[in-house]
Amino acid sequence: MDQNIYMPHQMEIENIIEETPDVRTFRLKFRNAGEAEKFTFKAGQFGEYSATGEGESTFCIASSPTRKGYIECTFRKAGRVTNALSNLEIGDTVGFRGPYGNTFPIEEWEGKSLLYIAGGIALPPMRCVIWNTLDLRKKYKDITIVYGARTVSDLVYKNELKEWGERSDVKLITTVDPGGQTPDWKGEIGFVPAVLEKVAPSSAETIAILCGPPVMIKFTMPVLKKLGFEDKNIYTTLENRMKCGFGKCGRCNVGKIFVCKDGPVFTYEQLLSMPAEY
Amino acid sequence: METTQKLIQKASLEKLYSHLSEQRKIYAPVKSSDGDVEYKYNPVYADVIFDHIRSALSVKNLVFPKVETLLFYSNTKTKTTVTETDINKIEEVVLWGAHPCDTAAFDTLRSIFCWDINDEFFLKRLEKLVVIGLSCHSSDEYCFCTSVGLSPDSSKGSDILLTPLKNGHFRADILTEKGNRIVVSDPELFEKYSKEEILVTDVKQKFDHKQVTKKLATAFEHPFWVENSLRCIGCGACAYVCPTCACFDIQDETKGKNGRRYRSWDSCGFGLFTIHTSGHNPRSVQSQRWRQRIMHKFSYMPERNNSLGCVGCGRCSSGCPVDMNIAEQLEALQSI
Repeated sequence: MDQNIYMPHQMEIENIIEETPDVRTFRLKFRNAGEAEKFTFKAGQFGEYSATGEGESTFCIASSPTRKGYIECTFRKAGRVTNALSNLEIGDTVGFRGPYGNTFPIEEWEGKSLLYIAGGIALPPMRCVIWNTLDLRKKYKDITIVYGARTVSDLVYKNELKEWGERSDVKLITTVDPGGQTPDWKGEIGFVPAVLEKVAPSSAETIAILCGPPVMIKFTMPVLKKLGFEDKNIYTTLENRMKCGFGKCGRCNVGKIFVCKDGPVFTYEQLLSMPAEY
Repeated sequence: METTQKLIQKASLEKLYSHLSEQRKIYAPVKSSDGDVEYKYNPVYADVIFDHIRSALSVKNLVFPKVETLLFYSNTKTKTTVTETDINKIEEVVLWGAHPCDTAAFDTLRSIFCWDINDEFFLKRLEKLVVIGLSCHSSDEYCFCTSVGLSPDSSKGSDILLTPLKNGHFRADILTEKGNRIVVSDPELFEKYSKEEILVTDVKQKFDHKQVTKKLATAFEHPFWVENSLRCIGCGACAYVCPTCACFDIQDETKGKNGRRYRSWDSCGFGLFTIHTSGHNPRSVQSQRWRQRIMHKFSYMPERNNSLGCVGCGRCSSGCPVDMNIAEQLEALQSI
């Protein structure tokens, strides 16, 4: 066939990191060197990952395009496909179709400060752009990361949190919900919106990038407004259910907007112009 | 290609039919045992019917099968092998006697499957399909092709369109190269045509689709959707009988070590269609799903796919178990 758009690349699992008891990160390498050569993507894009025999699931590409030779994805064990993926081991094969969707406009952000705000399993869609901008660190002013989870054990990318925390050119604030702390927890205790309000980062020449569960977004948005962020300077990603990834299967649309083609990256200004169907 | 018109005598149709079915698989309308009309593989001309209004199912399965294999795989402990399905094995098919609403739907489906990137499965099937359309000489209260810019004798999507004449014969409009090749291979069947009175039904216009599209732009939050979907049981029948509904699911089906990944018809009317892994559902109630169905066809598609997602065949209404009538609703929608 000329081009079977449903044919996945065959990827080898090069490494597996157990982020939490039910969240894993796979580092995937193309089995076919020619395919690896041709493959490019940008921060914000996603793909369809398959546990062949069980089906496909949609996740963002969680690694940065500045890190060549592999892609990474992080997923929570939740359904049929992610359970099957969780059972795979290093050396096993995962199918991958992509990259799909639009990207974070990181070139437009050059010269500005960046404020990343994430909750729980929503750090993975943001990790790609965080590393992308950290790898181009000189192009941006202050970089602040506010990350919260229900409990200490629900925080993903613990090694990277440690690294970001130690860097002098990144301001990292981690928080857990009240009751989710451990005796040796040194971060904040409280919900993300409250912690953000307390930290009160400046909105001057700053882009805010926000990913999290709907309830977190709902309560964080007023805080960002209070801090003076304009709607067009707040970015988020939508995570609607998808099957094809290229605007044909009919699932992910929010009004006339197809998350798979027009998104997944949207500004808050764009969200306000869309029906609340996400 | 410029359209030419020829005359086919009724008695010549059988010859044409048998010639066509010698070279390719021919699908035509026949009465099934339960009295419904269905388009199916049928080499026997005597079984072909000409007087039906609509078949129970549309003919979209010829280009968008209910279930289409996307790839095959085999899994062993150490290795996963994925193999292509060979779309070059897709056979040439003749669709005989499809009404103008159904043939127009092929263009609509193309606007979805070839949006942005081409779906080769769909394109190959369409390429291998020859369409002999048949203008409608009868209609019923469910028909509304004239409300969506079509007519009982519109030629959109046909390679040859047969239109019944008062004198009992047919006018053949030769519309495409594919159609012309049929004429060239059977020239004696296509005679000179001089103007005759045609026998085509009259379908009353029920609404103005442009007006509907305009209205929908500001109707998202209107109580209309709740009021008009209270009866909807979310069975999805409307999507399955619809010639233009193209939403699909993708699943893996495994037997032992081997299996296939396939896509299958799906419906935006199902509650599980949009549900997230977290349990959150952007379209959690039936009124939101009904709104999506209408909005997609009459608002989003005109804007995004440059086509209208409805051909006015009336199947969704005639087949609805709780008598929801889309044409009546759209008529009402114009004046909300």
